[in-house]
Amino acid sequence: MKKLLIGAVMALGTVFSSVSLSFADELLVPTMSYRVGPYAANGTMIANGFTDYFMMLNERDGGIGGVKVKAEECETGYKAQVGVECYESYRGKNALVHTPNSTGITLQILQKAPEDEVPILTMGYGLSAAAKGETFPWAFNYPASYWSQMTSILSYIDSQGGLKGKKIGFLYLDVGYGREPIPVLEELGPKMGFETLYVPVAGKEMQNQSSHWLTIRKEKPDWVIMWGWGAMNPTAIKEAAKTRFPLDRFIGNWWSGAHVDTEALGSKAKGYLASSFTTTGTDFPAIQDMIKYVVKPGKSKTEMGMPGKVLYNRAMFNAVIIAEAIAVAQKMTGKKNVTGADVRLGLENIKLDEARLKELGLEGFTAPVIGSCADHESGGSIFVQQWDGSDWKRITGLIPPMTDVVQPLLTAAAEKYVSDKSGWTTQKCN
Amino acid sequence: MFYRETGQFKSKYKEELAAFPLAEDKVGIAILLVIAYVFIPIFGIPGLSFEFTMGAIMIPVFIFTITTLGLNILLGFAGQISLGTGAFMGVGAYSCYKIMTIFPDLNIIICVILSGFVTAIVGMIFGLPSLKIKGFYLIVATLAAQFFLEWAFIRVAWLYNYNDSGGIEGTNKEMFGLIVSGPQSDALTRYFIVLTLLVLLTWLASNVIRGRIGRSWMMIRDMDIAAELIGVRPLTAKLSAFAFSSFYIGISGALMVFFWLGAAEVESFDVSHSFTYLFMVIIGGLGSITGSYMGAALVWVIPVLIKEIGKTAFGFDAFVMENFSIIFLGVAIVVILIVEPHGLARLWQITKQKLRLWPFPY
Repeated sequence: MKKLLIGAVMALGTVFSSVSLSFADELLVPTMSYRVGPYAANGTMIANGFTDYFMMLNERDGGIGGVKVKAEECETGYKAQVGVECYESYRGKNALVHTPNSTGITLQILQKAPEDEVPILTMGYGLSAAAKGETFPWAFNYPASYWSQMTSILSYIDSQGGLKGKKIGFLYLDVGYGREPIPVLEELGPKMGFETLYVPVAGKEMQNQSSHWLTIRKEKPDWVIMWGWGAMNPTAIKEAAKTRFPLDRFIGNWWSGAHVDTEALGSKAKGYLASSFTTTGTDFPAIQDMIKYVVKPGKSKTEMGMPGKVLYNRAMFNAVIIAEAIAVAQKMTGKKNVTGADVRLGLENIKLDEARLKELGLEGFTAPVIGSCADHESGGSIFVQQWDGSDWKRITGLIPPMTDVVQPLLTAAAEKYVSDKSGWTTQKCN
Repeated sequence: MFYRETGQFKSKYKEELAAFPLAEDKVGIAILLVIAYVFIPIFGIPGLSFEFTMGAIMIPVFIFTITTLGLNILLGFAGQISLGTGAFMGVGAYSCYKIMTIFPDLNIIICVILSGFVTAIVGMIFGLPSLKIKGFYLIVATLAAQFFLEWAFIRVAWLYNYNDSGGIEGTNKEMFGLIVSGPQSDALTRYFIVLTLLVLLTWLASNVIRGRIGRSWMMIRDMDIAAELIGVRPLTAKLSAFAFSSFYIGISGALMVFFWLGAAEVESFDVSHSFTYLFMVIIGGLGSITGSYMGAALVWVIPVLIKEIGKTAFGFDAFVMENFSIIFLGVAIVVILIVEPHGLARLWQITKQKLRLWPFPY
């Protein structure tokens, strides 16, 4: 017994001491993933796409600039509080950039980033106002903020028979993420002459939307825009089909238009629209490399059918931006082992133009992402895709956001955010 | 042998009534305080990084101990069951946020304590049904409080100052020239503040429980009709229990947001958290202050440690460890409740009894 006890204590000791070991010569890129919980179907695709790209870089190029990348997942279950714990657990470990994968988590860790000098990249989610680089030096939301996206969606609707005098239904998940674009609708409604019907869906009612669609049927909006996530999306599309709402007038944001949302519905979801900023399919050399080096040999958790799907490709693009930022940071500083502060500079000086995208094997995959000190959002053009019953098809060219509307709103929101925070770190850009 | 009462004579009633009449207890508490105030701040927990120790283990455990103490007062001492703990923490957090933004120059500790009083009032209002109903019916009534408050945190935009994010956030707050709360604050500073509040609140709770009010709660718990017959007023006893318990829970909610998370939205106060706090109380032991400490520590620390060790030492995937820690906690709850239905506190009592007799079996 005594021996057993001593053995147990010693084993515990070795475990504890190995916990504190730090690994040199590695680029630590943590990502907050969610493979468990109600949003796991989406989270698994995102986590796979993200980690596979770095795994591919390690296998094909030996990492970035000769240093291997350690893309480490921290499981959050899409819960904001667990996300904060994840964030805390990376303090002092030289994480290069944080990928919260949740607007709720982003809002909670945003204030801590300047103190820890680790930038936060929220690709297509997070706080819209973070696009203002002067106010938010440590936050980035390439390639577009939710507000820009909303204006692009509205201009698409405008091009499909006008907005004036129309009634727009806004169906949203009632959390920070879903409420994010409301200021844009409130601002643009009177200006463009449309009326908005707000239909919030609480997280608990996500899979039971009959009452929400009853409201929509009663109020008869001309279009419905959806800011949904997880099981809310397929439920909404199913309900829309059931209540005979024309699906080609039902448009989701870029998180509401993935294969996981429509595949199970198949032809029932035919005609449903969604915005996006990344192309689907595997016809890109970069994705082919991921299949060749990582997926086929079975080195990741990805199954063969996953690459090419909406969320997988998008999460891969998230990894592309980070990899590029690290490469830029290495070039700018001349160091191989960069820090979070270096990667922040890398993110600001990122230049993913057509030529560079082609070099990376992603020609025509997305709109160029060109960062600057002041603009942490970059361009922000999106396109619209449609479900044809078996796959997503891109149906429009790039639709730019209404910069003249969004920019003043962003400036005002950034000012409001900082107004009650003492000692907030800003930067001057020339 | 190790824990011997013989030979410790008391010559005054005051000594007999002291919180820790035994010399062993006094020494034990002193050692614990020295560990908490000196050793952990200097050395941390061996093998774990200092930031992790503070941010993921010590500070949350202390905060949840305050929550558990509060819930234990209501559930373990007064026998009134509540499933609204998460929402009452939210009341504390949101009221602290409102007080802080209305009076930006007010000391944050005062804000936290004031938010405790606000929660006490809210708790009393939602405790009113307890005068009429008991047991399962009261669970439903407190569950209604939970859902109503959650709804209010989302819908009443005034509560979060019309933030676009719909959440509340802490800012840097200074005290004696030291940043004590907000993103720039040092983890150690927050640790000391939370620890000190915990010690003070424990001291307060132990004295109130041993006093007249606490005894009236326990009488109501054990048999309310009998208690009423000997002159305990159910109105004051039950409502004071709700107020006192909510005071603790409100303070812990405010501490959670402003001394640990830094920001929060309604999700941090939902019903699943209420259940977690209930587990803490039940696993720790109903009606025991020591149990509150042990329950909060076990339920919080074990999953965190499992995840961290699995990830860094054995290289398991994060989601595997997450699932594993959920399973482990579930199994632990079932096993502990089968082996010792009275919780860890009872186990500790048995241990003390064994220490008294050791090395003899009887």
